[in-house]
Amino acid sequence: MRVRVEQTALPGIGVRHDLVTESGRRLGVVSHRNGRRDLVLYDPDDPDSCQHDIPLTDDEAEALADILGASLMLGQLAGLREQAAGLLTEQIAIPAGSKYVNKRLGDTKARTRTSASIVAVLRDGEVIVSPDPTFRFAAGDVVVVVGTRQGLDGVTAILAETPDG
Amino acid sequence: MHETTTLLVEVGALLLLLGLLGRLSRRFGVSPIPLYLLAGLAFGHGGLLRLNASEEFFAVGAEIGVILLLVMLGLEYSADELVGNLRSAAPAGLIDAVLNALPGFAFALLLGWGWVAAVVLAGVTWVSSSGVIAKVLGDLGRVGNRETPVILSVLVIEDLAMALYLPLVTALLAGVGLVKGGIALAVAVLTVVAVLAVAIRYGHLISAALSAKDPEALLLGVLGLTLLVAGAAAKLQVSAAVGAFLVGIALSGPVAHHATELLSPLRDLFAAVFFVFFGLVTDPLDMPPVLLPALVLAVVTMGTKLLTGWLAARRAGIAEPGRWRAGFALTPRGEFSIVIAGLAVAAAYPVEPKLAALATAYVLITVVTGPMLARLPDTPWFKRWLRRRSAARPPVPVRVGE
Repeated sequence: MRVRVEQTALPGIGVRHDLVTESGRRLGVVSHRNGRRDLVLYDPDDPDSCQHDIPLTDDEAEALADILGASLMLGQLAGLREQAAGLLTEQIAIPAGSKYVNKRLGDTKARTRTSASIVAVLRDGEVIVSPDPTFRFAAGDVVVVVGTRQGLDGVTAILAETPDG
Repeated sequence: MHETTTLLVEVGALLLLLGLLGRLSRRFGVSPIPLYLLAGLAFGHGGLLRLNASEEFFAVGAEIGVILLLVMLGLEYSADELVGNLRSAAPAGLIDAVLNALPGFAFALLLGWGWVAAVVLAGVTWVSSSGVIAKVLGDLGRVGNRETPVILSVLVIEDLAMALYLPLVTALLAGVGLVKGGIALAVAVLTVVAVLAVAIRYGHLISAALSAKDPEALLLGVLGLTLLVAGAAAKLQVSAAVGAFLVGIALSGPVAHHATELLSPLRDLFAAVFFVFFGLVTDPLDMPPVLLPALVLAVVTMGTKLLTGWLAARRAGIAEPGRWRAGFALTPRGEFSIVIAGLAVAAAYPVEPKLAALATAYVLITVVTGPMLARLPDTPWFKRWLRRRSAARPPVPVRVGE
């Protein structure tokens, strides 16, 4: 890891991890022994005191970790795109009226029809990496697609199909 | 039969009143301890209304209250934490002991109360209230602050020091004199070291013997073990409270976590009974003459606590505002000071009777003003004053890291 995370024991409470960002802000996480955790942001004027102390529930902490992890993954995908010329990555939201809501990924036959791949699905702040053909879409899902420009446009069109069309 | 009925009425009425007082204190965001003490004063010896039937019940309940306060304190820390902390924060603990115990000691001698009372008063002024301070830190959102580990380690060392101090006081109050007091202290040191060593090496075995799965069995098991060890420790003149503290330290892992949850309501009940009982046995008529001395003592020892926190935080490389926060946060005294004074009240040795009244007044003052003072460093004018102060001096490079 290139970032130095400092770990400090808080006797009777739990443990605190904190780090200083490249922009000079200090932030940390206090993990209480009873399972509670707080995200703390330090005051730029007084780096010893926390300006904000945000208690996170299990679900909130998980969601936040996923969002941060997902944006990291998308960044890495973007890097991949630069390496392989002509290959593009795009996030496509499934429209509410799409006929593939509640249908399986395999039903779209997207890869056969467009040769673009669905590599991940973002749902409720969570990332589902490499969904298999039996994966069921829900309204509001965002799919991450890798392919050529033509292929990406093809997937967008497929996902926009309505049940009657 | 009639006795029992009166007992139920008295205990019920008093607990109901405590419940209302507890709610009132929460409404104003202050510790309920001073209100419990005042309730005890009102109904005790020389108070407004005398509770006769239930005094014995409250006496036993208070005993259990002290034991539960201490076992919960022990459960909060693991043996590894205590030992690791002792290595890193021993100098801070030493500054704390010297700066805060000596004023109490000297004050009692000045009042001409004899040196046993002086040792007791030294303990009363020495120990900060970890319960009140933990709540203040949580309320002010300072748990993540970088000076907080400094505050916590001072509290941990104080608690550990109590494991040596309480047996000494118990022995002195039994009227055994200095030599036997020294022997009691040596026994206590050996016991504490042995328990810590066993807890670090075999703590998981003790914890494994008490399954965390069955709440009822765990509650009875931990409570039984604690009372048994506390009783045995009292028989050996090592102080029941220390026995309970060591049981708490020896337990670890999921057992400690579940036991904390199960014992918390019991602790709340019996600790309230303990504070009331202390008020009950203190004569309110003793209070007015000691108010002024208590105020002087409170001002002096809150000043020394402020200095303790300031120095300890500077040692840890904390900047100026954090030093003040650490200092002010440490000022409240509470449950421990009352536990120590309670030992003196219950003892056979004739200690100055005004000691209980002085300790009550002292704790009332510090426990109310301490949490207010803790907010002081967050006020705009205090920050302005700090900025002016730092602007008036050339900047000093601050050492970073703990």
